[in-house]
Amino acid sequence: MTPLPLVLRFADVGRDDVPVAGGKGASLGELMRAGIRVPDGFVVATAAFRSAVAALDLGSRVASLDPADGDAVAAACAELRSVVESAPLPPPVVEAVTAGYVRLAAECGRSDLPVAVRSSATSEDSAEASFAGLQDTYLWVRGADSVLHHVRRCWASLYSVESVTYRLRRGIPETDLAMAVVVQEMVGARSSGVMFTRSPLTGDRSVIAIDASWGLGSAVVSGDVTPDSFVVSKVTGEIGRRTVSTKTRWHQPDPRGSGVVESDVPANLRDVPSISDDEIAELTAIARRVEAHYGCPQDIEWAVSRTAAPGESVFVLQSRPETVWAEKDAAAAGQRVAAPTPRAFDHVFNLLGGKRPTES
Amino acid sequence: MSQPAGERSFPLPSQIATVPGAEGWEEMYPFFSRFQPEDDGRFWFYNSMHFPEVVPAFDGLTSEIPYTAIGANTARLFSFPTTLGIEYRIVNGRVYITANPVTDPAQVERRLVHFQERAGHYYANWQRLYDGWQQRIEALIAEIEAVEVPRLGELDDLEVVTSSRGYASNHLLREEFHRCIDLYSKMWHHHTEFLMLGYGAYVVFFEFCKQAFPEMGDQMVARMVAGIDVTMYRPDDELKKLAALAVDLDLADLFVEGNEPDKVLGALQERGDAGRRWLAALEEAKDPWFNVSVGDGFYHHHLSWADDLTVPFAALPRYVEQVRAGEDLSRPTDRLAAERERIADEYRALLGSEDERAAFDQMLGLCRQVFPYIESHKFYCEHWFSTRFFQKIRAFGQLLADRGVLADAEDVFHLRHVEIEDALADVQLAWASGGTELGARHWRPIVARRKEIVAALAGWSPPPALGPVPESLNDPAVKMLWGITDETVQTWLGDEELDEDTVRGYAASPGVVEAVARVLLNANDIGQIREGEILVCPVTAPSWGPVFGKIAAAVSDIGGTMSHAAIVAREYGLPAVVGTGQATAKIRTGDRVRVDGDRGVVTVLR
Repeated sequence: MTPLPLVLRFADVGRDDVPVAGGKGASLGELMRAGIRVPDGFVVATAAFRSAVAALDLGSRVASLDPADGDAVAAACAELRSVVESAPLPPPVVEAVTAGYVRLAAECGRSDLPVAVRSSATSEDSAEASFAGLQDTYLWVRGADSVLHHVRRCWASLYSVESVTYRLRRGIPETDLAMAVVVQEMVGARSSGVMFTRSPLTGDRSVIAIDASWGLGSAVVSGDVTPDSFVVSKVTGEIGRRTVSTKTRWHQPDPRGSGVVESDVPANLRDVPSISDDEIAELTAIARRVEAHYGCPQDIEWAVSRTAAPGESVFVLQSRPETVWAEKDAAAAGQRVAAPTPRAFDHVFNLLGGKRPTES
Repeated sequence: MSQPAGERSFPLPSQIATVPGAEGWEEMYPFFSRFQPEDDGRFWFYNSMHFPEVVPAFDGLTSEIPYTAIGANTARLFSFPTTLGIEYRIVNGRVYITANPVTDPAQVERRLVHFQERAGHYYANWQRLYDGWQQRIEALIAEIEAVEVPRLGELDDLEVVTSSRGYASNHLLREEFHRCIDLYSKMWHHHTEFLMLGYGAYVVFFEFCKQAFPEMGDQMVARMVAGIDVTMYRPDDELKKLAALAVDLDLADLFVEGNEPDKVLGALQERGDAGRRWLAALEEAKDPWFNVSVGDGFYHHHLSWADDLTVPFAALPRYVEQVRAGEDLSRPTDRLAAERERIADEYRALLGSEDERAAFDQMLGLCRQVFPYIESHKFYCEHWFSTRFFQKIRAFGQLLADRGVLADAEDVFHLRHVEIEDALADVQLAWASGGTELGARHWRPIVARRKEIVAALAGWSPPPALGPVPESLNDPAVKMLWGITDETVQTWLGDEELDEDTVRGYAASPGVVEAVARVLLNANDIGQIREGEILVCPVTAPSWGPVFGKIAAAVSDIGGTMSHAAIVAREYGLPAVVGTGQATAKIRTGDRVRVDGDRGVVTVLR
């Protein structure tokens, strides 16, 4: 039996590969297969995590902790993270990640290619996933050494106080622990944001809600800026609501070479829409394709490249199922559904008869 | 959030002072149209959609008769469960209305039983009954066209004697005048016969869509329902045909922007056979398709295309130019039909269950069944019939002028219809006795005074509503017909923070444009609009359709997403904001304006 691969290209994974590539990695591969424009990259698979972290045998130390003893947990977690971040890596992992980065860099034509390094959890449990470093995204990382360093930081996030406490309280065994890490070409984003393929306000499935701002999407996700907001009809593509905000802050690649800095948006851009109507149309088309591909409403991160040609400049960075309204729908299943009547005009009697349909 | 009743209020009816210079306006209208002290306790809104201008004395009939018909229809014929009819009042020449709801649950229950039986009969037999309606309304139009103002000569015609008719022609003065009023009343009963049932079907589908897709634009419902081959577009289509004919006959040079109809007609007569053929085609198209009022049929002075060619001739130069440029002006009906199906299919597919899809199909189907009536009745009632009606009244005015009673035929519209009967009786008597009419001394000062009153009232800005604000405006009919909801009322009250340069309304047709505004308070001025301007008006009329081809956007004070401006703007693909309440008051001709049809906002750029 050949050993499990340590690194997988996006093109080689799909939605069934969550156990090896994590949710984010599997989703990016799936999107690529569906023909969606995704910045290329590779996944540091769970096998690499197992080889590098599971070998450190940290599980017994976690298991012995009392989740009620916050100070002890905090001290232990700090130490465990430090262990994960500094322990020597198995040479095959170093070789595989380095080779993955070099190949990606070569394919993109730039030896110091800036990449995003993001944790990709394998858990189906969204709460656990969020503790296990869903927020761990390192942008504008350059060079294989730096990539390795940030991969380890992603792994170490499994030993955050929140994550460990959660596992202890739920009795989730440490032996099940696994994490993949996504390494993805950075899009030099002129503008970026998030879109939902149903209204986050009303759950309306006939619209796409787009939030957009200048620079990297981290400003939108972190809430550092009030983004522009657009509500677009899926059916006609018409922009039903258009709110252009005053965008005061943006995230940009650190001019010193790696990482991200936050600064003021130049005055001449603040009150200008951060995406054009053509780009809104393109985002709408992408949103429809992604939703159709997955068969359920999606929550999509995207960016518009500063350099790519118009018509090829919109990239999807991530897509995951929308959960808030999906849960509300599930809870409300079977309630207040309009039903056919014996005769079509009975609907008129129901409405004008003094009883609102919502009251019945 | 709605305010508790009574906490917020518009001015009370009793607080409205007579406009200086208009003292005595009350005499122009019947006693039952005046505000009473107890009316201060009720909520009234200004029906600027139908009555955007001062109502002249005769035209008081165009509120009196429609409200006798529409209320009878909902309250007494079909027994709508939650609503009786509409009451109206006139103050300072403007019409205010309020609906009488049924609030006692037991009464609603009783009315519902009858409503199901009566409305059910109409819905179940809709197509057959609507075919019958078409015949009835055309018969009524034929009747009004047949009305003749009797000629009162030195002697009555010999034939009156030889046929032993038995009554002299002065009798017919009364009878024929009465016939006009009676037919007008009958027309309005037929107008409302299907109207509220039709709106009921529409509102059902609208409410369902709004519940299933809360962020769906209001116009989307209309787009799934709207007919493809609609009578309302026919006058415009006729114009396009005339434009094409002008090009074919090598007459295109005569149709240039700003050319007066009389000049064009004169020039056509000097163009030999080609000119004659075009004029013949014009006559052919006129009857009935030019019987469209430049207003909505509620004012005698809103002349029809047939009465005044300014509007159609203002639209022709552009069409001629387009035909010459090789553009196809015919409406792409196949594409429109396919698009309508696609939109409906996509919304259906987005619904969550089979049950919902089945209900959607039922409601949409019912809507499409009733819609031909909703879209067509205006042409037959407000336009064709009403054009003929006013022409006949004008002919009686001519008789009064010929007899020396009035100085001018048009003056007849400054008398109430009951006063005209008096004036005609005076003529009947004078002709019979061989004496002289006494009316000149009586009526001419009245007419002169009323002209002054109308002029004084024209400068008044009526409040959008009067009286205490009700807790909520739930009547679906009011909502659909007038585009007035809780939100509208709150906007009127200034709840929203609006600066001087911004007005809000319904986002009726999408798109954003900036251009120079042309504010038209009088429907007859529509010919003034120029290529690329933004039309700002109290309310638009179907006959303005062709003009939409040359404007950049439309803004109206009144109207919902079902209003004419909204429908035609979508048809022409230009941005529109309707139901703003105050656009004509805030915007001046020549202002540079941004119309945001996506959000329903109009901004004056200063």
